[in-house]
Amino acid sequence: MDWRRRHVLGLADFREEEMEFVVDTARSMEEILTRDIKKVPALRGKTSVNLFFEASTRTRTSFEIAGKRLSADVVNFSAQTSSVTKGETLLDTARNIEAMKPNILVIRHPASGAPHFLSRHLSCSIINAGDGANEHPSQGLLDLYTIIKAKGKIKGLKISIIGDILHSRVVRSDLHSLGRMGGKLWLCGPATLVPKEMERTGARVTYDIREAVRDADVVMMLRIQLERQKTAFFPSLREYSRMFGLNTEVFSLAKEDAVILHPGPINRGIELSDELADSAQSRILDQVESGVAIRMALLYLLAGGHDAAH
Amino acid sequence: MKKAGKKVILDAKGMERVLSRLTHEILEKNKGAEDIALVGIWSGGVPLSKFIQDKIRVIEGMEVPAGYVDITLYRDDLSRAGYQPRLKRTEIPFSIDDKKVILVDDVLFTGRTIRAAMDALIDFGRPKNIQLAVLIDRGHRELPIRADYVGRNVPTSRTETVDVIVSGAREDWRILLNESGPGRGE
Repeated sequence: MDWRRRHVLGLADFREEEMEFVVDTARSMEEILTRDIKKVPALRGKTSVNLFFEASTRTRTSFEIAGKRLSADVVNFSAQTSSVTKGETLLDTARNIEAMKPNILVIRHPASGAPHFLSRHLSCSIINAGDGANEHPSQGLLDLYTIIKAKGKIKGLKISIIGDILHSRVVRSDLHSLGRMGGKLWLCGPATLVPKEMERTGARVTYDIREAVRDADVVMMLRIQLERQKTAFFPSLREYSRMFGLNTEVFSLAKEDAVILHPGPINRGIELSDELADSAQSRILDQVESGVAIRMALLYLLAGGHDAAH
Repeated sequence: MKKAGKKVILDAKGMERVLSRLTHEILEKNKGAEDIALVGIWSGGVPLSKFIQDKIRVIEGMEVPAGYVDITLYRDDLSRAGYQPRLKRTEIPFSIDDKKVILVDDVLFTGRTIRAAMDALIDFGRPKNIQLAVLIDRGHRELPIRADYVGRNVPTSRTETVDVIVSGAREDWRILLNESGPGRGE
């Protein structure tokens, strides 16, 4: 398969073979991370700009390390310290950055569709690093990769995602990646945070964590995004934790070799108990490792093929 | 008048003889198999390095470490290609520090693959030295690189391609010279 995609805006239109291609490329990238000298010259002379309009440390750092491992020049541009606070529009900001001739723009923005909008106006490649509650494609791919590494496959696995489904862009990308690869997805959380309409994606919806976890192969816990909750979706954190937190007792309902995922950062003791977060079944740190490899793969694949634009 | 079509340069038996000779030359020059490590260049060099490893085992009764390297990320034409080529695996599961590393490839052509492979090797450590063994040297070098061990010198024109078929059973191995068309090597 030849990779012809110029942007990675979401996984909604990703074909199965494209996802497999990215995962396969990431496998080769992961080997580089085991070497003494963790750097290859593939993207020498290319520039990748991280344009983040939302607080993020791990995703931004992950993209930064991924770019540097491939010898790209990586520039971070965070909205808090820029002229965005002086009233510049998104398009003006992006055009100014584009005038500095980057090859790839990695963008995170609170508004859904912001990366898609920019992709219609700029000539560089764009990677969506999270747009509102829409998508977070690199997370969807790294979850896919992490589960493939842990389980060898996706098809037929019971994969339960538990927590704030409503505000989660990770879930939307995971539904595309894990769902399309044949995983049986379950979504669980308080009724206020799990829209019934999500069943249209083919996933099962339940408001009982025990039903979600029973015989699951993969349990993915989501962070309660306090910063996105302007109105009260549940009475108290304590109640939430009691009803929807994963602890050893609930997790014992899952398959014996089940694994735990979490996109991070974890609220320890709220959605996930301490002992499970640090248990052998936890693949949370492996997700971080997979994340660098997946982002290296995306940067590598996007950096080729349209040099004529510059 | 040019000849059309394919010409067999070496058949399986011939390749085996040539590779046996290469192995003896490697052992002669290095005075045995001590500190030798083999690294095949993906993809054609990989089965050849395995063959040499087997041969050394028979001759010296010694298991030398063997790995393989994919040079894609070290290519100097990545930004010129229309798309990014599919990556293969690199696996060097041993330290190359102070080893005599024998790089093994099927066809030596412009020398750019070898340059990339040497850059990749240096990222893994500091070998005592790097030597180059190739099955076919077809000329047309673009870099100051030469092989220490050459199976066959095959004069070619640039439009010709050399196909080294080393996938599958060793009885089916063969090397073809094509007047034109897709081929391995570079």
